[in-house]
Amino acid sequence: MTNICLYFQVHQPFRLAKYTLFDIGKHARYFDEQKNKEIMQKIARKCYLPTNHIIKELIHKHPDFKAAYSISGTALEQFEKYAPNVLKSFKELANTGKIEFLTETSHHSLSALQDKKEFTEQVRQHQKLIKEHFGQKPKIFRNTELIYNNEIAKQAQELGFKAILAEGWEGALGWRSPNYVYQAKDSKIKLFLKNYKLSDDIAFRFSNKQWNQWPLTADKYAGWIAPIMGDTVNLFMDYETFGEHQWQDTGIFNFLKHLPQELKKHNISFHNPSELLKITPKEELDIPNAISWADLERDTSAWLGNKMQQAAHTQVYNLKKDVLATGDKELIEKWRKLTTSDHFYYMCTKYFSDGDVHKYFNPYETPYECFITYMNVLQDIADKVKTEPGLFASIKKYIKI
Amino acid sequence: MSKLKVLMFGWEFPPYKSGGLGTACYGLTKALAKQHCEVTFVMPVTPEGATAKFVKLIGAANIAKNVKIKTINSPLKAYMTSTSYEEQYHVWGNKNKKQVYGKDLYQEVQRYAQIAKHLAKTEPHDVIHAHDWMTYQAGINAKKISKKPLVVHLHATEFDRTADHPDGRISHIEWQGLKEADKIITNSNFCKQNIIKHYKIPAEKIEVVHWGIDDTPVTNYVPNKKDKTILFLGRVTVQKGPDYFVEVAKKVLQYEPKTKFVIVGDGDMLPKIINKTAELEITDKVIFTGALSGDDVHKAFQTADLYVMPSVSEPFGLVALESLKNGTPVLISKQSGVSEVLNNALKADFWDINEMTNKIVSVLKHDALREELKEKGTKEVQKCNLDEPARKIMEVYKKLK
Repeated sequence: MTNICLYFQVHQPFRLAKYTLFDIGKHARYFDEQKNKEIMQKIARKCYLPTNHIIKELIHKHPDFKAAYSISGTALEQFEKYAPNVLKSFKELANTGKIEFLTETSHHSLSALQDKKEFTEQVRQHQKLIKEHFGQKPKIFRNTELIYNNEIAKQAQELGFKAILAEGWEGALGWRSPNYVYQAKDSKIKLFLKNYKLSDDIAFRFSNKQWNQWPLTADKYAGWIAPIMGDTVNLFMDYETFGEHQWQDTGIFNFLKHLPQELKKHNISFHNPSELLKITPKEELDIPNAISWADLERDTSAWLGNKMQQAAHTQVYNLKKDVLATGDKELIEKWRKLTTSDHFYYMCTKYFSDGDVHKYFNPYETPYECFITYMNVLQDIADKVKTEPGLFASIKKYIKI
Repeated sequence: MSKLKVLMFGWEFPPYKSGGLGTACYGLTKALAKQHCEVTFVMPVTPEGATAKFVKLIGAANIAKNVKIKTINSPLKAYMTSTSYEEQYHVWGNKNKKQVYGKDLYQEVQRYAQIAKHLAKTEPHDVIHAHDWMTYQAGINAKKISKKPLVVHLHATEFDRTADHPDGRISHIEWQGLKEADKIITNSNFCKQNIIKHYKIPAEKIEVVHWGIDDTPVTNYVPNKKDKTILFLGRVTVQKGPDYFVEVAKKVLQYEPKTKFVIVGDGDMLPKIINKTAELEITDKVIFTGALSGDDVHKAFQTADLYVMPSVSEPFGLVALESLKNGTPVLISKQSGVSEVLNNALKADFWDINEMTNKIVSVLKHDALREELKEKGTKEVQKCNLDEPARKIMEVYKKLK
């Protein structure tokens, strides 16, 4: 018998507007305000508000109920802009004292793989945001899409985190169980692993009628967890699972509502990530190559697997120095929004011909359209920063004289 | 189980082919043979000289066992050599030249139809299959005699060929064939919609069978060139949109002045297009090769960085598959059947000169985009062979039998 740890990921990217060759040099309205607003308000209605309401009820009804969240900085900004009532309801949840917030990169970026300095900056920004909004200073780190390797663990430790989350995938674990606490290689930082089978039963398979366990009920699910040996069962998933990926008519909300009482029948309780810190790690885990929670490959190929993705990602970081040198806050923020991992996910071609989930979540007709638009935006920024530092230099010179 | 016997009426067959239809019939009968289907292919060629050569070629392609060749004595060959059969259509539609071909072509179509009555008695068959309007009367006559179901295959409507300026006599024959058929097969949803729109045929009578490409590999050449090149390849006629191509060339050159544009093909619009390049002052950037054949076509594709097909109305657009088979990425008009099939291709409306420019410039600027399109497109086109269409056509036969 063990306890469970719930952690939900909340994220929305700033999607790009159609930006063609003919827009370069003309204007800098890179992001599709209308579309981003519509999507945020739709998901707020279908997922964030009703699910927050259920969580709040569960907290009142079950004294032992707890959950953790990581909310990306871009999602927080969209709440402020397009759905302030969602932010308000998250703050209410925070006030119950039962909710723990984790830190990630402010812009849900892949900076951990590309640029240490930028990674540090985005982590600091996110810590600041969580402090401002929810009054917490997170101890646990969660990297974009659970991307993890030894190096990232080391960076997180240097930034003062006590633990980091990762995918409990057998490709990296071997025979080991994800239901224990581990330690990162050559590091003090602890490793909490997602039980992906049980997590994905809810996140991916819940409404799948071809699944031999369909329909999944809370009592059946609790029965699966009851006999598990270990320190914790970590159920990590996108918050949008509730009401957005799995629609209301699938019964997902009822499942969530009934889960704590069914677990209680088996004496299973909840604990938050920071409560796992007191558990002694089983052993050190060596994970040299980056793993993630995406696709069957569980690597970084969903974002950086093809030539376009690599070219675009390299190029956006190539611009960093010149963008920061302008000191133009608005431009720097726009540039950071371009580091969000979703842009690269939309350029993924690995399953494109088969028309899979990548296509379903893609606002573009093809990955090629995304690349073209993204590179046009980068061109506009490159043209700006190439001309402007020259201008700054001449002003500086003038001031010196 | 005895083999299903098909009496097929065509107009040409390799080596007596001059354009798309001959290639299509060749590929189809070859693939049908694999499906245990016995095809008697009827075509209007003079037996002297033609037959031996013809049968020999079929033997070489290893389909002679399952395809019997019947030739009908007719002088039609005299009119249909060297230029493509599609080009003949165009000449046909061209008022100035009508008298040259007009009367005789109709006589040939009628004579062909008369002989079909005789063949319907002598050739055992379960299904009749007629390709394009010249053979429809033959198909109808055969059906009257044998009372077997008639499939008419529409590769292009008269409206596609003439950009909505049909010859009334041809469109009438086309309509009769569509009306008398038990089932209509066409190569795309785009074409199906055109049939519904122009001939008011009920949708459920029309079966879409996306076309594929013969899977014989092409020889690779090492292109010898300095500048990047963009290719147009097809008849230089209103249907294929060459005027849009040169407009786009002018715009692209404003951004990428070193680019070369190659126009491969012949047609009635050629003088107009040459004049237009002069008007646009881009004659030094546009190369006209005239019509090419055989390996020169492969060389043209392989020399190009991108093939552009700005067709105004393209029932399928096999040439786009041909390009990918040669490893050259494609930008195809959305007004084409092939755009329903290909995922790894750039697409734009034929009239959208800015969008085509946006995409072409991006391909010229970013090798990553070109390479990704090439890699994934080449892979995708391997799946577009003729086995799947043959299987679907067999299903149509079986349902009718």
